[in-house]
Amino acid sequence: MDTPLIIGGKAFANRFMLGTGKFKNKSDLADSIRSSKTEIVTVALRRIDIDRHEENILEYIPENITLMTNTSGARNAKEAIRIARLARESGCGNWVKIEVINDTKYLLPDNNETIKATEVLAKEGFVVLPYMSPDLYAARELVAAGAATVMPLGSLIGSNQGLKTKELIKILIEEIDIPIVVDAGIGAPSQAAEAMEMGADAVLANTAVATAENPALLAKAFSLAVEAGRLAYLSRLRAPQGQASASSPLTGFLHE
Amino acid sequence: MMISLSEIQNILDNQNPEFLEELAQKAKHVKEQYFGRTISLYAPIYLSNFCSSHCTYCGFHSKNKIKRFKLTDEQMHAEMKYVSDQGIENILLLTGESYKATPLSYLKEAVDVAKQYFPSISLEVHPMQENEYRQLFEHGVDGITVYQETYDRARYKEVHCSGVKADYDFRLNTAERAAKGGMRNISLGILLGLSDNHAQDLHDLYQHLNYMEKHFPGVEYSLSFPRFQPIKGEKFTDKHVDDKTFVKIICLTRTLFPRVGINLSTREKPIIRDNILELGITKMSAGSNTSVGGYTQLEKQEQDPQFDIEDDRHLDDIVELLKKQNLDPVFTDWRRIENTTA
Repeated sequence: MDTPLIIGGKAFANRFMLGTGKFKNKSDLADSIRSSKTEIVTVALRRIDIDRHEENILEYIPENITLMTNTSGARNAKEAIRIARLARESGCGNWVKIEVINDTKYLLPDNNETIKATEVLAKEGFVVLPYMSPDLYAARELVAAGAATVMPLGSLIGSNQGLKTKELIKILIEEIDIPIVVDAGIGAPSQAAEAMEMGADAVLANTAVATAENPALLAKAFSLAVEAGRLAYLSRLRAPQGQASASSPLTGFLHE
Repeated sequence: MMISLSEIQNILDNQNPEFLEELAQKAKHVKEQYFGRTISLYAPIYLSNFCSSHCTYCGFHSKNKIKRFKLTDEQMHAEMKYVSDQGIENILLLTGESYKATPLSYLKEAVDVAKQYFPSISLEVHPMQENEYRQLFEHGVDGITVYQETYDRARYKEVHCSGVKADYDFRLNTAERAAKGGMRNISLGILLGLSDNHAQDLHDLYQHLNYMEKHFPGVEYSLSFPRFQPIKGEKFTDKHVDDKTFVKIICLTRTLFPRVGINLSTREKPIIRDNILELGITKMSAGSNTSVGGYTQLEKQEQDPQFDIEDDRHLDDIVELLKKQNLDPVFTDWRRIENTTA
């Protein structure tokens, strides 16, 4: 019924992506990966401890999951590029979620620097998934720079505020031909479903899951909501209307 | 909008236990939303206790006739290897404030050694110029800790008698110079108990932080609220901050600055440390020693620490405690990259 999501030449059946920060322990993370059946997770390179094995987060991520290292901590394109290269050298693969944030209060991404980093890394053979503020011009430049997806924010990272940028994301869905992954601010499965219903290709969540009383249960709920939203989108559901409508109030006279 | 002085005063004055509980609940909620149930761990290493400033409340001050030490290259290796072997990855290197005994070249040497053991290095040393911070940043330092101690100018002058630290404005502008020099992390703080007007001090600290956030938004900030601890042989009388006020300060700060780090030091008693973790703390020192060479060197038997630590539990005990409280101890929070400025 549905076609798989294709990113960087790989096909994925599940359209829910999971972030790995803020979990109170690593087994909650492992349980959440399992219960949600997610196929793509993102890990900050700054949090990967390659020397010490006891707490190495990578050990809690099954082999068949696609690992997307993120450049958390990068304040400009140069730093994002260095972090991505370091990730690849450390054996974390060539999928990179570019996060360039030079504002620690709002954690809003710097689109200009993100475009620069995308251009360099895509040329170096990385599969680049840039986190961005939903801006049409920036999204077009990211496509031109070789991005594999664009990842517009729904609202501020960790805010659970949902799709505050809905109208802007709709424009990206309409105009941008690479997958649109709504990332950041998605605080409830209903919000994830909403993003999918309007045509987003995938949703990434982290804080809401990690900080829930029962993370694995919520991760599963998110995954189901993403699937439900996707099916609704494919069904070409009707947009809600404010009032009941008569069958042909304006043109009925033509048939009399 | 910034909280006003009178609002802070009202909060600190409010003795209603229900009010305090409500504030704590809110702080806990904010902490969990923005940081999850994580606590970053770090350890201090004292490189030197030479100091040319005379601060009446500090055990290292220039007039105090204590034995002075600074670590040699070999001793640095021993100390750092020991701390690294415990599992610590974030290190805070400290010195007294002496440009002569611990000049920039000495700090760079220490950083060279530290780079072999730790992915993240911060310094708490004498204030420097912007170009010196830039050199240190490019050399591999990511963070600077510099406390104003108190923002009350009159009180500041009273307790900082001589040396560079006596220059209030030079110290106040240190954070800005460090940010311009490229530093990623800057930690500000007040020494609770120095000034008797806690609300004013808190207000001024918040304003300082606000200013820094506005002008240097890319820096990750954290705040520290060390409470005054008595120093051996000193007759300093402090304006004590009681436990309730201390908890209010932590909770209020957490709710006002959701993404800013809050550090907890080993100066606090275990009962306070253990109970306050959920209320907004993001980072704590563990397995700390505040003497020069205190981890491995013989001198520790003959030396007075900068202040007495109240919590001398081993790192393993701290990790155990965090896990018992369902908190995730975070050791790795940075992977060193080549630092360059534009």
